[in-house]
Amino acid sequence: MKGNRDTAQGPDDPVIVVESLTAGFGETTILENVNLKVLRGEILCIVGGSGCGKSTLLKQMIGLIRPDNGRVLVGGDDIAAVDDERLNRIRRGIGVLFQSDALFGSMTLGENVALPLSGFKGISAETVQLIVRMKLGMVNLVGYENHYPAELSGGMRKRGGLARAMVLDPQILFFDEPSAGLDPINSAELETLIRGINAGLGTTMVIVSHQVDLVLRVAHRILMLDRGAKGIVAAGSPEELRNTATDPRVRNFLFRGEAAVGGR
Amino acid sequence: MTDTTSKPGYELTERDEGSALVLYLQGRITLGDADLLLARMNDAVAAGNPASVRIDLSGVSYMDGAGVLTLLRLEDSIRKKGVSFTLVRVPEEIRRVMGLIDREGLTRSPLRAEGGPVGIVEGLGSASVRISEDFAAMMAFLGDLVAAVIHLLRHPREVRWEDVFFYVRRVGAEGLPIVGLISILIGLIIAFMSSLQLKQFGASIYVASLVAVAIVRELGPIMTAILVAGRSASAFAAEIGTMRVNDEVDALVTMGFDPIRFLVVPKLIATVIVLPLLTLYADLFGILGGMIVGVAGLDLTAYTYLQESQRSISVFFLNASLVKAAVFACIIAWIGCQRGFQVRGGVEEVGAATTSAVVTATLLIVVVDSAFAVVLNYL
Repeated sequence: MKGNRDTAQGPDDPVIVVESLTAGFGETTILENVNLKVLRGEILCIVGGSGCGKSTLLKQMIGLIRPDNGRVLVGGDDIAAVDDERLNRIRRGIGVLFQSDALFGSMTLGENVALPLSGFKGISAETVQLIVRMKLGMVNLVGYENHYPAELSGGMRKRGGLARAMVLDPQILFFDEPSAGLDPINSAELETLIRGINAGLGTTMVIVSHQVDLVLRVAHRILMLDRGAKGIVAAGSPEELRNTATDPRVRNFLFRGEAAVGGR
Repeated sequence: MTDTTSKPGYELTERDEGSALVLYLQGRITLGDADLLLARMNDAVAAGNPASVRIDLSGVSYMDGAGVLTLLRLEDSIRKKGVSFTLVRVPEEIRRVMGLIDREGLTRSPLRAEGGPVGIVEGLGSASVRISEDFAAMMAFLGDLVAAVIHLLRHPREVRWEDVFFYVRRVGAEGLPIVGLISILIGLIIAFMSSLQLKQFGASIYVASLVAVAIVRELGPIMTAILVAGRSASAFAAEIGTMRVNDEVDALVTMGFDPIRFLVVPKLIATVIVLPLLTLYADLFGILGGMIVGVAGLDLTAYTYLQESQRSISVFFLNASLVKAAVFACIIAWIGCQRGFQVRGGVEEVGAATTSAVVTATLLIVVVDSAFAVVLNYL
């Protein structure tokens, strides 16, 4: 067995390809001619200041908005061109942890996590319950299935959102500002989970964040977007960028306070 | 809905090795296979009655979390029978998934029991407590609102008049089409239904009186109030509820503003101005609806119809209907805003507050209208 992957592709195949993407709102262009690849099993962090198009790029990759120009290929499928049935199948292969956790307040945590399973026939209630407990166990929330989101702390809700995003064993997990609003301890716990799930399940992860410390700790690769450039201004592993990036926008954002490359 | 009952993507092969049963799994094992695979493996073990069971996973190309869970469930059920269980040639990826699973957590009881059905006595008791607390909250808010109104009567410059005019337009002008349409239809219906009876006695002319009295004394004020409660009490509750969710109300307090004076009083003033005017407008359209039936179906002239209508309406009842409208306006603004301020949790509570605002305001309007009917009867 080459790996516990639900495809015949190899580890260096891209799972997402963004080609010549242009996107914006009305007359305003936010991203122009953006090209990128997300490789299988990597943790890719997309960073940049406010308004640089990070969230827009994320929404393009999960098919919530369509590009003005260019293509987004997920698993080889152009998600703007496929029919609704195919798009839904593609979406079942991805999980998203939203910035606000997006747990439904009228449902218990267990019901929230079980919700994606309700789209499948032929699964017994006992299996659903065990899967929910298994996923809650993976995010250290065992025992909280009958609690409502309003009764949980911000960090617990984030982890609950992660359990729901993971319930269908997605190949790709997207995180929109995962540590926003979390204290350092909860943030560190979430980081540990992200790394553990990536290492244990081999899940490809795309993280959109402006929390530089989190990004530098978890990323295999970083893409930095810039509002003025309307696209990517730097790409590489944290070490590569630390050692080679000379662009002041990149150094100011990612390595503020550190000596410049070649500096004394 | 995805059908998971189609042909499985895996193969299960059994081999009997004396006292040991070996099960070979091959292919892809996913969520949809979990229950059937567990049943098949359990059946195989039950049929062979072995002393030990080995599961060989070397041929598995993919196994998701549900598949791994199936193996753990099988292990539990086999070990309970006193049969030894071993997983052999487990791919590294599956081993890593197993490492992430908290096995003890799969059977641990939830920290809180699932909410079961509530008994009648307990249900009645908690409903009584809820209603009494709700009533206390409504009264407390009414007290605050009265205090705010008294303060602003003494300091009229503090009233946010631009907000008052905004809500006059929102509650009044934007409500004109629906109030006009409903009123004219109500007038048409009353006139038509009453004419069927009165025509038999040659008393068609009294259709005008019946419509005018019914519309001006009762239906005009109450229908308009219910329509405005539906449109505006819900809007007030949603607006203030959303502000609470977004901490905007707390922001007002920290800036030194009284949220009731700032948010509620302009809505109250606007509704009290607008509802009596909308009621007059509804009265006119209701009579117009009746006149259409009178002129088109009863051979009355428009002049005769209007004269008969005018004769039936007393100034006292017209004034009483306007007073009623003003009282209904207070109820709409009071309940709509109070329900908005009650929002404590997330956005889902905004929806509940909106519904509650409409239901409570409508109920109170009908109750107060009944009280008016009794009191006016003795005046």
